[in-house]
Amino acid sequence: MSALASLAIENARLIDPSTGRDAFANLYVADGRIAAIGAPPPGFVAQRSVDARGLIVAPGLVDLCARMREPGTEGALRGEMRAALAGGVTGVVCPPDTDPPLDEPGLVRMLRQRSREAAGARLYPLGALTAGLAGVALAEMHTLAQVGCVAFCQAGVLPANHATLLQALRYARTFDLAVWLQPVDASLVGDGVAGEGPVAARLGLPGICVAAETVALHVIFELQRAAGTRIHICRLSSAQGVELVRTAKREGLPVTADVSIPHVHLTDQDIGHYDTNCRLDPPLRAAADRAAIRRGLADGTIDAICSDHAPLSLEDKLLPFGEAAAGASGLETLLPLTLAWAREEGIDLARALAAVTSAPARILGEDTGTLEPGRKADLVIFDPHAAWTVQADTLLSSGKNSPFDGRTLSGRARWTLVGGEIRYEGAE
Amino acid sequence: MAPATASLQLDAEGELHHLLSTEDLPRALIERILATADGFIAVGTREIKSVPLLRGRSVFNLFFENSTRTRTTFEIAAKRLSADVYNLNIAASSTAKGESLLDTIDNLTAMQADIFVVRHAQGGAPYLIARHLAPHVHVVNAGDGRHAHPTQALLDLYTIRHYKGAFAPLSVAIVGDILNSRVARSDLHALLAMGVTDLRAVGPLTLLPPGLEEMGVRVHTRLDAGIRDADVIIMLRLQNERMRGALLPSAQEYFANYGLTPQSLRHAKPDCIVMHPGPMNRGVEIDSTVADGPNSVILPQVSFGIAVRMAVLSMVASSPRPAAREAP
Repeated sequence: MSALASLAIENARLIDPSTGRDAFANLYVADGRIAAIGAPPPGFVAQRSVDARGLIVAPGLVDLCARMREPGTEGALRGEMRAALAGGVTGVVCPPDTDPPLDEPGLVRMLRQRSREAAGARLYPLGALTAGLAGVALAEMHTLAQVGCVAFCQAGVLPANHATLLQALRYARTFDLAVWLQPVDASLVGDGVAGEGPVAARLGLPGICVAAETVALHVIFELQRAAGTRIHICRLSSAQGVELVRTAKREGLPVTADVSIPHVHLTDQDIGHYDTNCRLDPPLRAAADRAAIRRGLADGTIDAICSDHAPLSLEDKLLPFGEAAAGASGLETLLPLTLAWAREEGIDLARALAAVTSAPARILGEDTGTLEPGRKADLVIFDPHAAWTVQADTLLSSGKNSPFDGRTLSGRARWTLVGGEIRYEGAE
Repeated sequence: MAPATASLQLDAEGELHHLLSTEDLPRALIERILATADGFIAVGTREIKSVPLLRGRSVFNLFFENSTRTRTTFEIAAKRLSADVYNLNIAASSTAKGESLLDTIDNLTAMQADIFVVRHAQGGAPYLIARHLAPHVHVVNAGDGRHAHPTQALLDLYTIRHYKGAFAPLSVAIVGDILNSRVARSDLHALLAMGVTDLRAVGPLTLLPPGLEEMGVRVHTRLDAGIRDADVIIMLRLQNERMRGALLPSAQEYFANYGLTPQSLRHAKPDCIVMHPGPMNRGVEIDSTVADGPNSVILPQVSFGIAVRMAVLSMVASSPRPAAREAP
């Protein structure tokens, strides 16, 4: 892909979720930023122009959770970044549940260096909230923030000790750092591997009760009232969980929330007979939970949709359901599945794309996720009608573990730009 | 969206190719299995207790979880069909052992296995194997995690049919640890398939999974109400390890509330039959007087089990066609 100082995108339908603008116009990029919309800025010379007739130009997707498998798997990040770009994703938030966990400045520096070399999407590391993610001692949050951690996260489950969490929240608040938490009470998860309900009961799979999520949310909000820290709730799975977030927001707590795209589309029924690609964390739940998640997205209770990308090997998934690793490969299907959700719910594209662009950018405090002139030119140019069938073995990600394998989806990136540079160019 | 077990265990002609679960097993096919078992009952009473149906075929009893009883009855069933039987006890936890489940299967398939009889601690393991196998190799589920134990359910049906005849008018109560019981799940599906409408699950709320009502099962937490006027009582084994967690306080308290005693049995019909998949915990879920009493059919269950397993093994072995394609 070629680096370009200036680019004209012509005849495009521009959708700017940050303003709701949806109109046909040309867009000009210069010096890594959006230079102008409509007429070119004075003295603009396009070194390249792209005819985007029939295509949509939108801010690149900002994915609030994508695992790059580094640190842990040397060289994996490059491939995952290619998957991100092919999916129209220009920003990825990497959770700290790496091997070793992101709890030291050296690891974060190394990860960011690898990311620069890979020239993929922008990488936003989440620092570990506690040392080694062990839930006992605090990580060096301030130092980690100085080397680029955008927020702090106790990946997986809440610390078992509520006092530790309270202190972590207070310490983070000291430096005005946000804390991201997965609302999961480990003791209530127990040996569960699937959402508690008729499907798990029928399959004889140990269930994970809804209270594993709601108890954790109650704990989080109570401690937040005490500490005042900004909190982002990662990956809601239940109707009751959505309702608790709705109540917390109404109360005025500084809270945002996301959901993973599989939970927008799938239910525990999709496990069928032990499809390990549907073993997810949090687990898939009932149709009523999926409906509540969609209502939560519609009314703004849930701010953003992420891929929750977890590339896993065949060996991790070709196992009995209870022994298989949890997670789905998702970077390459986030855009078309977001479009599918918009179509199914009759939501206009600007609003739908906000959930994967402007809303997550706002949660990060980034100036992307918009088409406003002057901002970073992180863009995706996509064909909303391009139909393609998900085939696990043709995914660019090292993770072929897609629960959407075999589904035909609409919408595919043609060009993905990061900082004004075309970093991905797909087939027509 | 209906999950497609049926198409994974049946071949294109609707014949039994694998036996994975009683769920979605068509009633007509269940009736054919029971009728085939009828033919094998006599074999066990003859002086020469074998027929040559599986001569030259290899049956691998692949037990990833310890079981003497089920493995032995499968072994006897396969030998009475003249098959070559190999017993493999791989009772180590699958995460601890070096070789993956499917590698083990590949190795044994290379040794010309025709039928795998599989027991595994994880629900769904036989499905993973069935999807992986060459089309001429068969799987019989001998118990997977908490999920299914279909031959036990079929022998339970056989026993009920033997003593009671028609299924539809019967009141059947399953008592005990439904949550952790693969036998209970397979029995429920099988009994519903045979048209039983008064089907009850009895136990404390810690041992009842959610979603039973949706299946068409009535839930009872009191033993006397749960077995009132029952024609059939299936008692489940209570694993000792349940007492270690917070599911139950003690075996004594369990027995006081859910143990089947001569007194509690009076709530059932006088000619009620009492069943148990074994091995029994006398004094925990069942009183010895009941286990050995006139209503008990626990030992006949064991004898019928061999004929039913012969029926299943011979039927899957005679399905040469590949399994029907599983619906996506």
